[in-house]
Amino acid sequence: MLFGLDYSTWWFLVLGAVISGYAILDGFDLGAGALHLFLKKENSRRIALNAIGPVWDGNEVWLVIAGGALFAGFPVAYAAVFSAFYLPAMIFLIGLIWRAVAIEFRSKEPGKTWRLTWDIIYSAACIIVTLSLGLMLGNIAMGLPLNEQKEFTGSTWSFFNPFSIMVAFTTLALFMMHGAIYLAMKTENRLYTKLTLLARNFTVFFLLSFAITTVYTLLYIPHLSDKLKSSPTYFIFPVIMFLAIANIPRQLNKGNYRFAFISSAVTIAALLITVAIEVYPNLLYASNNPANSITITNASSSLKTMKTLLLIAAIGTPLVGIYTSFVFWTFKGKVKLDEMSY
Amino acid sequence: MDTEILSRIQFAFTVSFHYIYPPLSIGLGLILVIMEGLYLKTGNKVYEDMTRFWIKIFALIFGLGVATGIIMEFEFGTNWAAYSRYVGDIFGSALAAEGIFAFALESGFLGILLFGWNRVSSKVHFFSTLMVFLGSMFSAVWIVVANSWQQTPSGYHIVGEGLNARAEITDFWTMVFNPSSMDRLIHVWIGAFLAGAFLVMSVNAYYILRNRHLSIAKPSFRIALVVAVISSILQLVAGHKSADGVARNQPAKLAALEGHYDSSAAADMYLFGWVDQQEQKTKGIKIPGGLSFLLHQDVTTPVTGLTAFKKEDRPSQVNAVFQFYHIMVAIGMFMIALTLYASWQWKKGRLFQQRWLLHVFAWSVLLPQIANQAGWFAAEMGRQPWVVYGLLRTSDALSASVKAEQVLISLILFTLVYATLFVLFLYLLNKKVKHGPEEHEHTSDAENSGYSTRENPLMKTK
Ligand code: HDD
Ligand code: HEM
Ligand code: HEM
Repeated sequence: MLFGLDYSTWWFLVLGAVISGYAILDGFDLGAGALHLFLKKENSRRIALNAIGPVWDGNEVWLVIAGGALFAGFPVAYAAVFSAFYLPAMIFLIGLIWRAVAIEFRSKEPGKTWRLTWDIIYSAACIIVTLSLGLMLGNIAMGLPLNEQKEFTGSTWSFFNPFSIMVAFTTLALFMMHGAIYLAMKTENRLYTKLTLLARNFTVFFLLSFAITTVYTLLYIPHLSDKLKSSPTYFIFPVIMFLAIANIPRQLNKGNYRFAFISSAVTIAALLITVAIEVYPNLLYASNNPANSITITNASSSLKTMKTLLLIAAIGTPLVGIYTSFVFWTFKGKVKLDEMSY
Repeated sequence: MDTEILSRIQFAFTVSFHYIYPPLSIGLGLILVIMEGLYLKTGNKVYEDMTRFWIKIFALIFGLGVATGIIMEFEFGTNWAAYSRYVGDIFGSALAAEGIFAFALESGFLGILLFGWNRVSSKVHFFSTLMVFLGSMFSAVWIVVANSWQQTPSGYHIVGEGLNARAEITDFWTMVFNPSSMDRLIHVWIGAFLAGAFLVMSVNAYYILRNRHLSIAKPSFRIALVVAVISSILQLVAGHKSADGVARNQPAKLAALEGHYDSSAAADMYLFGWVDQQEQKTKGIKIPGGLSFLLHQDVTTPVTGLTAFKKEDRPSQVNAVFQFYHIMVAIGMFMIALTLYASWQWKKGRLFQQRWLLHVFAWSVLLPQIANQAGWFAAEMGRQPWVVYGLLRTSDALSASVKAEQVLISLILFTLVYATLFVLFLYLLNKKVKHGPEEHEHTSDAENSGYSTRENPLMKTK
């Protein structure tokens, strides 16, 4: 116990924070990539790439940290989730490979075809990464069939169920909205105008898909809303989320792209918190037999490791915070291309 | 083929591909720190030009290292679920520490290293280079610690039984400083320095042969040669310490490395050889009693051989382990000879006059790469049939829910993707090298040469 919460709950919170950090940070990189082909001019594309250039790699590290955090704190869940999602996880990872090399390779040749090829690979990779991430998230929220050894017993095809597909597209819409706002923040003139327009459209796209998914959840997946129904105080998070979303078009109209960006970051965080509340204390709900569920207690590492991990997090997080802020600060403001740019 | 063999092939393939790049980043990182440090100290433009050239190459290599590393992080869960459950308590903390302490440091400052040349002062830029280098050194720490723990487990106890058995940490620092981690970490670091130094020497030897960029190529070559000669010699010492540790902690592995079967006999040391697994004999050119001497300072002391172990407890590919090990050692010896000879020629002022030597150096980039790969193959295949030495067998480490077809599909995908990446990588690297560094020696006026308006020491002194 530490401040009234047990260690595995603490680690659940840390994990949640890291995953939210990843979704917020890499979310805008992936979103910017997903809408890359909406930008037509070579110069616009270069500016968009250089807007994420110095930071995307650092953002991706949050995924690495999340993977390590899950592995260390809840090894049983790490083992079950990634072996269950074998093929979707591989597609996700191969997508990340192509995203990384497309950013790196694109600028290395001036040819039109070369660049166009990499633009397409880049954008497709970002879309595939986002969709597969959303698909896995949807299935995790919904639960998977697990046996007593906590091993997955279903088939790969079962991942393509209506709910998870909806979650996948909602995630895509969310990231595209977030990415468009980020790019608007980093650009000027006509490109800026175009991006605010895109941002507005993606906000609508997100709201629609989110509404459909919510209705579907309430109707068909009761175990994902019973906590909210039973305890009204939890409604604060969905409410925050709606306020944040509503704030986005307002800020865009006023040209306050920075606040719009903060609002969409808050949206992502509130959304994930709502899901986390519903899932807790399960990490992976066993849809065939709830007794087989993977929970934060039966999946956790030893007390000793939990303590070590919290110490590592307590030392590491402020450090990461400091130099991440330093890097963002160094590259603050509108993108300016120079000879070191992509 | 079954899931086990496919998963092993896939793991070996993806990690070997990953391991082409990180050693280069670590080694180049060191050389960049030296080059940029010299630039900061002297303000000499030659150093600036070489720093900027190698930053560009660094970016390319680093990108591939990151892209291929992400796969590794999740492959434990996808393919080795039982193993992940078994070691999660121990292994996971090392991986988490790696993410937060090493990768975050490295990729954070990478942005400034690559894009910050005109945005931050030269001191801040140098600091970023240093941080990226340190971050890459730390990345090696945690992952090698984790791997060393599975070679020589310590600081743990086993809880549960049968399918539910798992290792739990009892002492974090004993786990970190397990018997092999320090020896192996140093050996891996030096291997990385060699990879970086030989890349730099090889590219510059090529320029010198072509008579291009001489004013930059010659000093760059000398910087890398200094790193290489020191590292080659230290690597012999580190490798010997590792072998000593293997003899103590993993006797079956040592016996496989040297192809030694008979426990009651003194052990020889082979320069070249061939292990006949049927006959349980090794033939080749040898120093009789050599291994006994290295381990016990006496040529007649017997050394534990493979026959002391049950068949199912020995590595199944003894000859492969033997060959990989001997390739690594032979390359190590050759690099010592090569760099010492080159340093002697340098002292006599004839370093750049022998074309044959430059030709050898132009190809030498392959040496540390092969040695690094061979070293890992020897270390990892010599660990078989255990995934955690003496505790968990590789065949018990798999993901129960993953089927052979799925692994086959992913393996085919990886083969295609990595083959494409490798071709593109070589193409772009070659192009960058052909293009060469930008030279700005013609005028003394930085503004007129179209040079960056960077606040740098040179301009300050004017
Ligand atoms: C921390 C863990 C770790 C680290 C740093 C490495 N490996 Fe490893 N390696 C494993 C953990 C591991 C493993 C998960 O434990 C495997 C998978 C199956 C097995 O038996 O061990 C393995 C197997 C394995 C095999 C197959 C052996 C066999 O099946 O006979 C090869 C050839 C390598 N590795 C090569 C490498 C290379 C080139 C590395 C350099 C980066 C490397 N390993 C680092
Ligand atoms: C199976 C073992 C390994 C795993 C799971 C792994 C994991 C990773 C991951 C996730 C990344 C990307 C980090 C990012 O996004 O910035 C990465 C990059 C890197 N890894 Fe590995 N890695 C392994 C083996 C190694 C080894 C043995 C070394 C050390 C010698 C190493 C050194 C590095 C370095 C220096 C980088 C930064 C990229 C680069 O320099 O090219 N890795 N690794
Ligand atoms: C010069 C004589 C050398 C000796 C005697 C030597 C010895 C060894 C030994 C005994 C191991 C196995 C360690 C274990 O399994 O725990 C090993 C592994 C390894 N060696 Fe060497 N080595 C030498 C040179 C080199 C060189 C020149 C390189 C690379 C440039 C290299 C790279 C590696 C790597 C990457 C590993 C795997 C990691 C490890 O287990 O430490 N070695 N070496």
